[in-house]
Amino acid sequence: MYTPSPEALSTSTSGLATISVQGLNHWYGRGSMERQVLQGVDLEIQPGEVVLLTGPSGCGKTTLLTLVGALRSVMEGSVRVFGEELNGSSRQQRQCLRRSIGMIFQGHNLLRCLTAEQNVQMGADLLPGLGFRARRDLAREWLRLVGLGDQLGKLPHDLSGGQKQRVAIARALATHPRLLLADEPTAALDSRSGREVVDLLRSLARDQDCAVLMVTHDPRILDVADRLLQMEDGRLWSADRPPGGAGLR
Amino acid sequence: MPSLWPSRRIPLAWLLLTRQPMRLAVALAGIAFAGILMFVQLGFRDGLFEASITLHKLFDTDLVLISPRTTSSVAMAGFPRRRLVQAMAHPAVAGVSPVHWNLLSWRNPENRATRSILVLGFEPLDPLLQDDSLRRQAPLLSQRGRVLFDERSRQEFGPIGPWFRQGRLIETEVAGKRVRVVGLVALGPSFGADGNLLTSGETFLWLMPNTPAGSIELGLIRLEPGSDPAKVAADLRRQLPQDVVVYSKQGFQDFEKNYWATSTAIGFIFTLGSAMGFVVGCVIVYQILHGDVSDHLPEYATLMAMGYPLRDLLGVVAREGLLLSLLGYGPALAAALGLYGLVRSATGLPVAMTSGRALLVFGLILVMCMVSAGLAMRRLADADPAEIF
Repeated sequence: MYTPSPEALSTSTSGLATISVQGLNHWYGRGSMERQVLQGVDLEIQPGEVVLLTGPSGCGKTTLLTLVGALRSVMEGSVRVFGEELNGSSRQQRQCLRRSIGMIFQGHNLLRCLTAEQNVQMGADLLPGLGFRARRDLAREWLRLVGLGDQLGKLPHDLSGGQKQRVAIARALATHPRLLLADEPTAALDSRSGREVVDLLRSLARDQDCAVLMVTHDPRILDVADRLLQMEDGRLWSADRPPGGAGLR
Repeated sequence: MPSLWPSRRIPLAWLLLTRQPMRLAVALAGIAFAGILMFVQLGFRDGLFEASITLHKLFDTDLVLISPRTTSSVAMAGFPRRRLVQAMAHPAVAGVSPVHWNLLSWRNPENRATRSILVLGFEPLDPLLQDDSLRRQAPLLSQRGRVLFDERSRQEFGPIGPWFRQGRLIETEVAGKRVRVVGLVALGPSFGADGNLLTSGETFLWLMPNTPAGSIELGLIRLEPGSDPAKVAADLRRQLPQDVVVYSKQGFQDFEKNYWATSTAIGFIFTLGSAMGFVVGCVIVYQILHGDVSDHLPEYATLMAMGYPLRDLLGVVAREGLLLSLLGYGPALAAALGLYGLVRSATGLPVAMTSGRALLVFGLILVMCMVSAGLAMRRLADADPAEIF
């Protein structure tokens, strides 16, 4: 298991890192409205590592997530995902790269018109070279793994919050991602189902050797992290691993 | 992709449409309405043009002669009857029929109201129309003042058909002279004439004493079997003086249709009506698809965040448009067939579905849906995957 240390933030480790961010700056707005949201962020995440990111709202966590997730173009600094430089990348490159990144959102963002099984299959459909049946079976298998094997045909409307979030996890994992980005996946859940979801996420990601970067405010789930990062005013630093969330301000 | 099969996907466009049945129903109602509007307008237009040649289609002839001053069936000018005799000289001509043609006032025997009716005067023993009942009854016209009445004429001419069948003696006035109805034929009103009356050439001249001697309005020319009408027409055009025009039977019909299409407002009005149906349909489909895309914007953004290319999402909207056009066309076609039947029975106009028009309207609906889908796709550009976190 990876041992967290403050040095892990620096750029010393090998080129095999899943995420490697160096000197990342980002601004919103223009002219007098210009506001810097990321200031010289450095970050490295290895395959299979689970990293939690906390910090007050508006400090730039989500911006960092969208930059690493290839959803936004990089302004200044270097962002490498799977060794691929995102600064100056084309829309096409980013869209292609996103297929290898699983994303779980605060709202579950399931497609309302699709059943649980079809939603997961929308993820599996991105895998090349698999027949329709194979992809459907894959979707069913993932739903079984997240404990929803008996809810295949239900619409998101008929599922509880925790179930929806588990469908979203199954959908994200069905693409066989090498990196999973999650933005407050437990925000809409009660403590028990939030716990279940995070544990599930962690074990499934481990099995696939998939790195996880998770933004959370939830002090109850901090212990699943291999490493805990804290962000404030666009700067990132390593937080000591807190005993049970007391480290959060 | 190695084959077509692995590319099979979840039918997202279909599911997006059908999981909101109310919205789909509204969309289909809108598309069907636009389709019906186009069907009705185009159907009326073609029906009116077709109605203008009801009589023209019945003539037993291969070629016709008319005066160059003739503009339409309601303004037939005379030409010398000699030209028809000259045409007889052509070896391919088997027979000719001179026809007098004019609109005269008919007095309704029931309420004494007068109304214009088309009167055709011909030699009772010459062929005029491809109509067996006329061939049987034509000899009755050899006496002066006898007429055959078209029982499909409009009601305003009086209940001639029922009266005649009851055995009543029907005598009334045409152009101020007393005539007797001695038989019924079934021809149908045309656009220019609400009713038709057939009589002998002699009676016609008696009704219209001011007709110049030896002048007729229409000459029918029947050809020997196996001869080429186009060639004979060309020969006659060369041989006859400039005071007659030679048409084939089809050309005569086209001449009449063309008058109504180009020299009156009818063609324009109904084409404009169809265009309005098209535009209305575009607006409705655009509203539906635009609303649909807007409603699902976060979901489209999610798909983009998952790595689906914009191309795939555009494809979903395009397939939605295609599905809407296919689903909306069926009801439109069914309703139009019903309306055509209604119009036929109410007005007697020959409004009927043609495969050409069925295809044309389908094409228009398809274009309408795809144009609207194309416009709605612009909304997809707002689906920014960076905004969904």
